[in-house]
Amino acid sequence: MASLIDLANPTRFMRYSAVLLPWLAGLSAVSLVVGFYLAWFVAPADYQQGETIRIMFVHVPAAWLAMMFYTMMTLSSLGTLVWRHPLADVAQKTAAPIGAAFALICLLTGAFWGKPMWGTYWVWDARLTSMLVLLLIYLGIMALWRTLDEPSQAGRAVAILTLVGFVNVPIIKFSVDWWNTLHQPASVLRLDGPTIHASMLWPLLILAVGFTLMALVLHLVSMRAEIMRRRVRTLTILEAERLDRLAAEGAPA
Amino acid sequence: MTSAFLAILKRDLALASRAGGGGELALVFFLTIVVLVPFALGPDLNLLSRIGPAILWLGALLSMLIGLDRLFQGDEEDGSLDLIRASVLPLELAVLAKGLAHWLTTGLPLALAAPLLGLLVALPGEAMLPVAATLLVGTPALSFIGAGAAALTAGLRRGGLILPVLVAPLTVPVLIFGVSAANAALGGTIPFATPFLILCALSLAAIVVGTLAAAAALRHSA
Amino acid sequence: MSELGPHASFILASYAAVAVVLGGLIASVLLDHRAQTRALAELEQRGVGRRSDRGRS
Repeated sequence: MASLIDLANPTRFMRYSAVLLPWLAGLSAVSLVVGFYLAWFVAPADYQQGETIRIMFVHVPAAWLAMMFYTMMTLSSLGTLVWRHPLADVAQKTAAPIGAAFALICLLTGAFWGKPMWGTYWVWDARLTSMLVLLLIYLGIMALWRTLDEPSQAGRAVAILTLVGFVNVPIIKFSVDWWNTLHQPASVLRLDGPTIHASMLWPLLILAVGFTLMALVLHLVSMRAEIMRRRVRTLTILEAERLDRLAAEGAPA
Repeated sequence: MTSAFLAILKRDLALASRAGGGGELALVFFLTIVVLVPFALGPDLNLLSRIGPAILWLGALLSMLIGLDRLFQGDEEDGSLDLIRASVLPLELAVLAKGLAHWLTTGLPLALAAPLLGLLVALPGEAMLPVAATLLVGTPALSFIGAGAAALTAGLRRGGLILPVLVAPLTVPVLIFGVSAANAALGGTIPFATPFLILCALSLAAIVVGTLAAAAALRHSA
Repeated sequence: MSELGPHASFILASYAAVAVVLGGLIASVLLDHRAQTRALAELEQRGVGRRSDRGRS
């Protein structure tokens, strides 16, 4: 626990993250290269879906990361509201664009996978629709960050929104399931049918690790940028105040 | 405490009944949307009556969002929000009073007007009452989800468009169960009660979550 | 990957989409990091914040 509290200090965070980043980036690059090699040259084409199964290797990690980043944002929001952790809202703010990007990737690759397999780019399937709503929530969170200027106040407001969204996500999933069974006979080819073969599972797992590491690297880098942005902001305000004071002293009215 | 609650409720109702209150404007907006839809879809009454509940629900949802950003903004500007924060009344109850006032002046009139507007989209007679009933129990959810978002954006000068963006994804479940309950009344495989009861549950949950979230947001923005 | 089969364009399109989105994300994150590093360095060079507590953000 002591080490966690130490990490809470932004200066320490900057130091440790600078040491950690090259290693994480390297590890991520290696696993991505190995994973893509296996996925493209070693893994066989699926007997049912043919070569389009190659899309799965980015589609599934993207879906997993989109959900993982939202969970992480929820934990950070708790950190902001309950423990007033100084890094929590930095983590929350910088996670949103990354999570949104992976949700977008998941939707785009899903569309390009769906066209040859289902015959259409988009179906209002429960999973696709839930991911779309998740993307909308991400965009709303990013929009709220942009409209509130003062970082600490914005952090608390967005934390509340994130928590409400987190409560809502299972409800949305449930209602979309209900809505979907109501409207659509289950004619869609289900992807969870065939069990996955080891020659595909390994590249998928390695790529999932690679993408996760890459997302973490991006998250750490943007957290560093955000910490510096706040420092710049604080320093600029202090400097402006100092200049104001000097001006007031130099030229008394 | 009860008197403070009633005072806030009365004050908001009085403010809404004066010129510029959101209530009647939302009603006019509702009418406008319901009128616009046939122009986009064509005057085919069969089609309109089939999707009538959906049109009414969508119109009501959008009308609820109109003016919702003013729910706390006015109080923030003239300082009465600070008085409410400082009073003995728990902030949650104050939010509850304001949300209730919003629903009484917006959601309730919309639900009551829905059967009339249903005539425009050739809603069958036996569906009038169920549509109004679903709106009656569904709109509190919209008021209180909206109250949460309104509290988050209370301090913003230019918060007009951000609020629907925040609220819309969260209202998906309400919309789904509201429309499917209304459609179930028109006939179909599922009984009316199933989605209707889930809609009631969603409303009750939204009242609790929305009130807590709005109170937390107002407390933190102080 | 000698043969991509009849759906090659969809596979390539989806990988292109991934490249565009991830490339954009990586570029924006790195550019932002560089911009903030520069802004901070510039402020410190001007001597701003010498007395302020650097440990606080």
